[in-house]
Amino acid sequence: MSGHNEQARHIVSPGVYLVILFALLLGTALTVWASYVDLGLWNPVIALAIATTKAVLVVLYFMHVKYSTKLTKLTIIAGIFMFLTLITMTLADYISRAWGSW
Amino acid sequence: MQDSSIHAANAALPAHEEHPAYLRHHFNSAEQQADAAGFAMWLFLLTEVMFFGGLFTAYLIYRNWYYPAFVTGSHQLNVVWGATNTVVLIFSSFTMAMGVWCAQTRRRRGLVLCLALTFILGLSFLGIKTIEYREKIEKHHVPGFHYSLQSFLDPKSNPEVYAEYHDKPLEPDMARHTELYFSLYFLMTGMHALHMIIGIGILGFMILRARAGAYTTGHETFVVNFGLYWHFIDIVWIYLFALLYLISRH
Amino acid sequence: MSENTIVSLPDQATARIPKDNYITRENGLLSWLLTSDHKRIAILYLISITFFFFIGGALAGLIRLELLTPQTDLMATDTYNKVFTMHGIIMIFFFLVPSVPATLGNFFIPMMIGAKDLALPKINLLSWYLYMAGGLLALYTMTVGGVDTGWTFTTPLSTHYVNTNVLSTGLAVFIAGFSSILTGLNFIVTIHKMRAPGLTWFRLPLFIWANYAASILMVLGTPVLAIAIVLIALERTLGIGVFDPTKGGDPLLFQHLFWFYSHPAVYIMILPGMGVISEVISNFSRKRVFGYTAVAFSSVAIAVFGFFVWAHHMFIMGISNYAVLVFSLLSMLVAVPSAIKIFNWTLTLYKGSITFETPMLYAFGFLGLFTIGGMTGVFLGSSGTDIHLTETYFIVAHFHFVMVGGMLMAFLSGIHFWWPKMTGRMYPEKISQLAAVVTFIGFILTFFPQFILGMLGMPRRYASYPPEFQILNVFSTAGATILGVGYLLPVLYLIWSLRYGAIAGDNPWQATGLEWQTQSPPLTENFAEIPVMDHEAYDYEWLEKQQKEKGVANAG
Repeated sequence: MSGHNEQARHIVSPGVYLVILFALLLGTALTVWASYVDLGLWNPVIALAIATTKAVLVVLYFMHVKYSTKLTKLTIIAGIFMFLTLITMTLADYISRAWGSW
Repeated sequence: MQDSSIHAANAALPAHEEHPAYLRHHFNSAEQQADAAGFAMWLFLLTEVMFFGGLFTAYLIYRNWYYPAFVTGSHQLNVVWGATNTVVLIFSSFTMAMGVWCAQTRRRRGLVLCLALTFILGLSFLGIKTIEYREKIEKHHVPGFHYSLQSFLDPKSNPEVYAEYHDKPLEPDMARHTELYFSLYFLMTGMHALHMIIGIGILGFMILRARAGAYTTGHETFVVNFGLYWHFIDIVWIYLFALLYLISRH
Repeated sequence: MSENTIVSLPDQATARIPKDNYITRENGLLSWLLTSDHKRIAILYLISITFFFFIGGALAGLIRLELLTPQTDLMATDTYNKVFTMHGIIMIFFFLVPSVPATLGNFFIPMMIGAKDLALPKINLLSWYLYMAGGLLALYTMTVGGVDTGWTFTTPLSTHYVNTNVLSTGLAVFIAGFSSILTGLNFIVTIHKMRAPGLTWFRLPLFIWANYAASILMVLGTPVLAIAIVLIALERTLGIGVFDPTKGGDPLLFQHLFWFYSHPAVYIMILPGMGVISEVISNFSRKRVFGYTAVAFSSVAIAVFGFFVWAHHMFIMGISNYAVLVFSLLSMLVAVPSAIKIFNWTLTLYKGSITFETPMLYAFGFLGLFTIGGMTGVFLGSSGTDIHLTETYFIVAHFHFVMVGGMLMAFLSGIHFWWPKMTGRMYPEKISQLAAVVTFIGFILTFFPQFILGMLGMPRRYASYPPEFQILNVFSTAGATILGVGYLLPVLYLIWSLRYGAIAGDNPWQATGLEWQTQSPPLTENFAEIPVMDHEAYDYEWLEKQQKEKGVANAG
């Protein structure tokens, strides 16, 4: 191995970080505003959608996942999948209890 | 492929003079070490996702069952403080990311500044949380012996909140379930705050090391991986804010 | 019996244990307690889990003694509840979960992939300390009154109705959970990032695949147990209400969170054992594992599907009928990969050159007993039959067949298989074979009657029972005594072998793994030079060629 010990990775520029920062602030403003508007059943959907968009931006750019290996991306997806499994399968029990007995 | 023996790959072993002080002997290269450390950090974050997952599950179940209580309960939270805290954390993620950039581009002073800003923003978050918690204590909204249902049975007793939301009084049964809302509120924000405290502690340690130049000489793994942890905490808060504060304010 | 064996030892007159090895490299207690060498940590674990196993075993002995008679005459009912609770907690969290991964996994995963250590050696040591802290806390709790909720901590019993030490036991399990998470995390990173050149995924020994799958379960499942315990602690101390119906909470939520971990936990326990069986059956049939790819993928499939079936532990607890239907169906599916493995191992035996050394005897025991245990699991996964069989001794028999008849046999198989590599010594073959047979007989006598008892309706976790069940219980207790002897013998002769056993040499079993191509006991750094992998796993032709080239069957 040569003496060049730096990790081969992409250095994300501050410009990108700034853009993401503004996007996140915008998303925050948007989600607060949306909670004051009566959109019925869509309120929680929109709130979660905005939150997820913000989370995705943080993961991709602040956490460098956009420039990471397939393994990293797969790992994250596995985690999210397991998280969703826990929530949906448990909730499915609770929701279907109200359906009664067949 | 059917070679007769396992042969040594001496080329894989680094010559002793070439390998930096921080390279552990069981690794072949600094790159392998950094790779492994980053992957390990991501796996740790997965465990955190699952840990919070249990809390989110509980939250979603009870919000589904006791929606009116959750709505009324959430009106007791100050959206200005909550949004401010969200903005504070977003900025702290920005400063943390900038810190990583400084470490990668070997800007020692820049790194120290960014870490210090992240530190201060983190403390601000906790400060605001303290203000919020204190308000909850004063209003007897902390689950336990002193929990008071008055704000929910008779919303007019809470003038500032009533002026904004004009909540209808809850039935006694449903009013009791607001205690569950606040249990989850304190549990989830408390668990989050605990992670913040740990993060801020590590930040303090990192600032001292950064001043000594530890992370700006080619070995920025610790900063990068801590950044992953910090951003993760930010993401948790993004969801907590949406779920706890913004249930329905119309 | 003729000497039909593949064991190949060096000439005992001239053979010596290599002077420089991981045991002799450094001296002193601190060099062990502060080590970062994965092999030393494995030995530390081996000693400690053996210790906890015998405590758990003693508790089992007390259970069986009480159940000799229909009345509650040996101990008070409350005490009996504490005994079976602690038996379960110690056996599951402090023996079965760490058994193969923390001992054989820690020792051999780096060696099998040609690495010098795990990716995170200090975290590995931390794992052991966390394990010890949790274990000692659990033991301490036993001395101050124990806990009597059953290892399942079911709410609202554990949160509102008992005044025993739920908190400290919960804390002990919480700490042990982190030990497990760190071990799994370490394994995943190591297997991904530190394989030797040429060692592609599909050249890895199946032991690695099995531990990899188990590690995924450890990392993703255990945190949910952690939060479940935290919630119990807060419910007990502060009355937060998440599990309290009077406050609108649902006790069943705890069970969802608990079993979300505890079902994958059973796969955490069995998968590494299955990994051992793959290695042993291949070696003592002198044949590559049949359907390598199928076995590898089955390991991962068990891990993945294992996450989708947890509520089959809750069929009668109040979940919706639709949930019962879905989880029952999924439970049928999860049995398939395990069955695939059994078929593949059987087909490995077919037309192999089979010999009956001790590890292979245990492996045969595993094949039969795990199959029975697994099949009875399918009876339980079917919700219709489960309604009658749940909470009876049928369940107790089922899980003991898979965990003791399966996993414990696999663990002993692995310990016997790798003992020469870890210590440089062989154990006495005849007595070890005897112990294996005694264990097998004792096991069947102990646990088979329990299937019948369960079908007849004897409930589990009861200190007393209707008198007509006594004869089967007596058989069971008699078997337990024999089983105890079967487990004691290995401890005795293995310790004996450390001083008086034959020198094993590098490769007494003529095995193909990378770990067998170095000295016994290994060097601290495992390999003098990093090996390069250029052949498939279980390549016995390669081994033969190697041996011809070297001119001797093994190095002394």
